[in-house]
Amino acid sequence: MTGQPEFWRGFREMVPPSLGMAAWAVVTGVAMIDSGLSAPLAVAMTLLVYAGSAQLAALPLLAAGAPLWVLLTTAFCVNLRFVIYSAHWHKHFRHLPRWRRVVLGYFAVDLSYVLFARRFPDLEPTPEQLPYFAGGAAWNWLSWQGASLLGIALAGSVPAEWGLGFAGVLALLGVTYTLLKSAKSWAAAGVAACAAVAAFALPLKLNIIVGIGCGVAVGLLLDRLFPDPAVERA
Amino acid sequence: MEACYAAVAIAGLAMVTVLTRSFFLFADSDLDLPPWAARGLKYAPLAALVAVIAPEIVLTNGALLATWQDARLFAVLAGSAYFWWRRGILGMIVCGTAVLLALKLGLGW
Repeated sequence: MTGQPEFWRGFREMVPPSLGMAAWAVVTGVAMIDSGLSAPLAVAMTLLVYAGSAQLAALPLLAAGAPLWVLLTTAFCVNLRFVIYSAHWHKHFRHLPRWRRVVLGYFAVDLSYVLFARRFPDLEPTPEQLPYFAGGAAWNWLSWQGASLLGIALAGSVPAEWGLGFAGVLALLGVTYTLLKSAKSWAAAGVAACAAVAAFALPLKLNIIVGIGCGVAVGLLLDRLFPDPAVERA
Repeated sequence: MEACYAAVAIAGLAMVTVLTRSFFLFADSDLDLPPWAARGLKYAPLAALVAVIAPEIVLTNGALLATWQDARLFAVLAGSAYFWWRRGILGMIVCGTAVLLALKLGLGW
């Protein structure tokens, strides 16, 4: 796998945005200790759960001793966007055996999905896709886990009011900019942003799902009203 | 926090990660998505990103920003300006984070 140029392309393209995510990982590491987890449990959480937003959502519930079903339902809803992504992955990787698909899915975080969709806009399987995915996933896992462990070690010495986690937002914003390639994509993004903000009061971060639904609906509507003469590149 | 409860919760959360990330990947057969759904998948990454970050930028504790003196706004402006000037994500993060820290630590915003 590492002998293939696409592996290293995936690896390279993951480096800049994942550095911003690493700042977010440090914050997640600090938050795990601050919420009362012991260091071994915090290490187990980052290595096994590997989902920053779900971890951050679950921590206050863990600290409060919430019933397990509430905790797991919350994490499931925060992760609902991954269910949408998995339909996308299925298009590209359905030829693999099931256990490999499931392992692949485990490593398929937000950045993997977005960079992959940018690199391969057509929903067709090609041989470069698996190494490209693996390269990005490998680097992202290393940088996220390294930063998260650093956060666990540093807990107590990085003041929360510095707001370093915002670097993760900046990283995601940068990736967003690279996806804004047409007037239609700007419109879909604008509507998704407004909907996610307007629906913020919903529990369980369901506003993210509302935002995705509204953005996709607007994109589809504009595709119908103003079809591109050439192949679609949303 | 009871260690046993936390350990079970962490194991459960790991299973939630696998379940959600691999949700449709468990299916062996074709998903047979209708054409509109397949086209919608092309807008989904963009919409998901924006839906995640927009509230982080313009909301504080669930309410819209009441003041323009918020370090996040200027961090986003500085980072965005860098991106559209040079098209680099790393430079954008560095630039935005520098402005964020300068305003937070320097001016106490």
